Amino acid sequence: MSDLSLDITLTVNGERIAERVEARKSLVDFLRDDLALTGSHVGCEHGVCGTCTVRVNGEIVRGCLMLAVQCDGATVETIEGLSDSGEVADLQRAFEQRNALQCGYCTPGMLATAQDLLSRGGVPSRDEIREHISGNYCRCTGYHAIVDAVEAVAQARAGAKP
Amino acid sequence: MKIVEDSPPVLSVLDRPNSYIGRSVPRPNLARLTQGRGQYISDVTLPRMAHVAFVRSPHAHARIVNIATEAAKQAPGVLAVVTGPELAKVMTPWVGVLTHLKGLKSAEQSPLAIERACWQGEAVCAVVARTRAEAEDACELVDVTYEELPAVVDAETALDAKTPVIHASLGDNLCFERKLDVGAVDKAFAESDAVIETTFVTGRHTGVCNEPRAVVADWNPGEQRLTVYHATQAPHMMQDLFALHLGLEHQQVRILTKDVGGSFGIKVHTYADEMATVALSKLLKRPVKFVADRIESFVTDIHARDHRIKGKIGVMKDGTITAFEIDDLTGIGPYSVYPRTSGIEANQVVNLTGGPYQCPNYRAQARVVFTNKNVMCQYRAVGHPIAVAVTEGLVDLAAAKIGMDPLEIRRRNLIADDAYPTQSASGLKFEKLSHHEALAHLDTMMNYAALRAEQAKMRKDGIYRGIGFASFIEVTNPSAAFYGVGGARITSQDGATAKLDAQGNITVHTGVTEQGQGAEAVIAQCAATSFGVSMDRVRVVTGDTDNTPYGGGTWASRAAGIGGEAAWQAGKALRDNVLAVAGAMLQAKPEDLDIRNGIVVDKSNGTERLALNELARVAYFRPDTLPPGFQAELMATRHYVPRAWPFAFTNGIQASYLEVDTDTGFVKLLRHWCVEDCGTIINPQLVDEQIRGGVVQGIGAALFEQCLYDDRGQMLNGNMADYLVPMAVEMPDIDCGHVVSPTADSELGAKGAGEAGTAGAPACIMNAINDALRPLGAQPLTDMPFTPDKILRALGKI
Repeated sequence: MSDLSLDITLTVNGERIAERVEARKSLVDFLRDDLALTGSHVGCEHGVCGTCTVRVNGEIVRGCLMLAVQCDGATVETIEGLSDSGEVADLQRAFEQRNALQCGYCTPGMLATAQDLLSRGGVPSRDEIREHISGNYCRCTGYHAIVDAVEAVAQARAGAKP
Repeated sequence: MKIVEDSPPVLSVLDRPNSYIGRSVPRPNLARLTQGRGQYISDVTLPRMAHVAFVRSPHAHARIVNIATEAAKQAPGVLAVVTGPELAKVMTPWVGVLTHLKGLKSAEQSPLAIERACWQGEAVCAVVARTRAEAEDACELVDVTYEELPAVVDAETALDAKTPVIHASLGDNLCFERKLDVGAVDKAFAESDAVIETTFVTGRHTGVCNEPRAVVADWNPGEQRLTVYHATQAPHMMQDLFALHLGLEHQQVRILTKDVGGSFGIKVHTYADEMATVALSKLLKRPVKFVADRIESFVTDIHARDHRIKGKIGVMKDGTITAFEIDDLTGIGPYSVYPRTSGIEANQVVNLTGGPYQCPNYRAQARVVFTNKNVMCQYRAVGHPIAVAVTEGLVDLAAAKIGMDPLEIRRRNLIADDAYPTQSASGLKFEKLSHHEALAHLDTMMNYAALRAEQAKMRKDGIYRGIGFASFIEVTNPSAAFYGVGGARITSQDGATAKLDAQGNITVHTGVTEQGQGAEAVIAQCAATSFGVSMDRVRVVTGDTDNTPYGGGTWASRAAGIGGEAAWQAGKALRDNVLAVAGAMLQAKPEDLDIRNGIVVDKSNGTERLALNELARVAYFRPDTLPPGFQAELMATRHYVPRAWPFAFTNGIQASYLEVDTDTGFVKLLRHWCVEDCGTIINPQLVDEQIRGGVVQGIGAALFEQCLYDDRGQMLNGNMADYLVPMAVEMPDIDCGHVVSPTADSELGAKGAGEAGTAGAPACIMNAINDALRPLGAQPLTDMPFTPDKILRALGKI
């Protein structure tokens, strides 16, 4: 099986990457094992928990349900890239202030999903926030604090607009 | 909180600058987690590290006839294929018993099954390869011949004569039994105006930590030392166990626990596959990594709460509860889990049932039996959700029977707030609880009367809403009474070391661990406050047996109450030592000085005398300028263990408001409230978030979570698509309130708060559902989880 490998080139967090990967390797395993981007986590490995959520070509995807070879030519963004660019700095700050994370394992995926909602603009209701993050499992917080943090950032971003 | 002041106070310790007790300061260690820069054990890689995957039994009970490993050994990347008998030469077996649970028995367990597999998922062979994928590929080439044996899957019949005995050496399938009979139970029932009996079932469920169990073991033959990177709650306990079963000294074993992706009691036990990973590293003389995948997690992470409890309550027309009686039966899998045992949960059910109430008559029986399912052991709020469900379920049924409001019956029976110290019928000792104040606070906070009015109005429109309550008590800050007295090498004391560095900042090393609950913040808050610096000048070190005082770690809601007190005392001790140096430098009396905001000041008027960095410079680099014979001691260690009380009990009450769709059986949670009393609150935000997270974990048990097994002992839903956990959209907002009754056992007065939410939520949801359905004449639901089909059955719709 391991001889079924393919060459791929892609952009990860702005870096051009060229690697040979096993066809069977998932995107999240590729990110973690081959690129040492350990900010993306593995939780259930079958698309339910959302812990491995990353952005591919601007859309959030499950890193465990996509193969690395499917990302040939793609642009991938992980929590490391989202942090370095400052794109989610306000969300990160709000999560820290509101203790919207405990163990932090779901947080990179949760931030990517929250940013996906907030990037649509407007101030979503608490129900809309809950609905949108319902593909991301958090065992620690009970979600209330996460909803608070996302809501606060939505309001702050809306207020900051002219 | 009782603070011992050390001379005429000008500023009390809570008024001084850098007073962080009772403040919601953000956790200092969060930014690395929000940036994806945490280091979980699953992230750890080491030079020459190999990966292990396990061949696991597909049968609930089977004889292992043969294991053919040749093909696997030839597979690409494979380094070793190891069976049980081979690994037994490296590591000794263990038995999960404790002497204070009299009569508790169990069988020897090994890192890999030998001769027999006793549950589906038990590891029978280990394959070590260069990558996890290669190890898994080779697992498929290991050919195990099994002879399937009859499986014991039903706890109800586990003790029947015709049921096979799982471990012949034990004689029967009874692991542990406890009986208690206090007061005059039969007389009380006979004299009651009403007696209500029913059977409760709490579904077998599990922790589903977001990060599965993970361990990297590194035996270095050159150093004759084992370093284990372990996602554990109790590093020193694991050091002891690895050393014991590998024949090593503690000095030869270092446990490093970095970030842990959730634990909840799951990561405080001995797991055979983790023991095997450590033994394999010793055998192969190189690092070996094991991370459970999700399916492995479901069939090997400890399960919990699989209980059937027959309950009985007697009540007078005026609401007086006359007696409680329970008969608890639980099937715990084929082994009592080492070293905490699988008898504790049922023991806690016996201890805690009826606990909030003033009722002198109580009879209990608990039987813990072996089955061929995955093992059960201690999971967040051990035994509490079961005892609270039984107690509060019975109290609500009694109220309904006599036509009394559920809050009123509690008001009439909860132990009076001025009755302390006192004890429960089962003998639990209570220092100070606040049931009535908590109930009154909840009544106001939720605006109970208005909700009842709304409920009545909506019923007329065919909308069925329910209000449920659950009073509870919680075991926190355990003394040696929990494990130590039973012979377990699990420490109840904990330590903290505070040291001043050469720039005048302090580092605090603590034996408690960070599982995400905020232990590092709490330790920093305590030490910063008692020492007298801002929190940004305090660094906390956890999770390293080479570099922290011996301690128990994080379990039974002990980290803040015990670890926090040790840090508080260590900060005070270091302050005294620093002021001795300052006194020598300033030719002043140390008792006339204080440290505020990192500066030595005159205590009387706050005049700044000396910055800590200058003091440290002199003490470390120019000690020659200090008076002859004076030695600066800029590191101080203090330990703390509760001594006056076996446990610091906390109390509280929860309420749920929900709506049942009587056509679909779906439950919509509208709101949830919890008022609890954990003594001195060190960080209100962290306490509230423990409550909220715990409540949702309890809601999972009430509505969604259950490990389903078929009659051959096969788990049917061992994945996250089929085993449902609470997600954001189904969860309500949760309001928290507090009453503060500090424990006098420590100076801080803090008790634990980690399990209160989980303890009370399932009962609360159950009572709210039954409250919603009562006008429809539905049979009370007592069989968790309350799935839509059960609700529709209760309504007679299917």
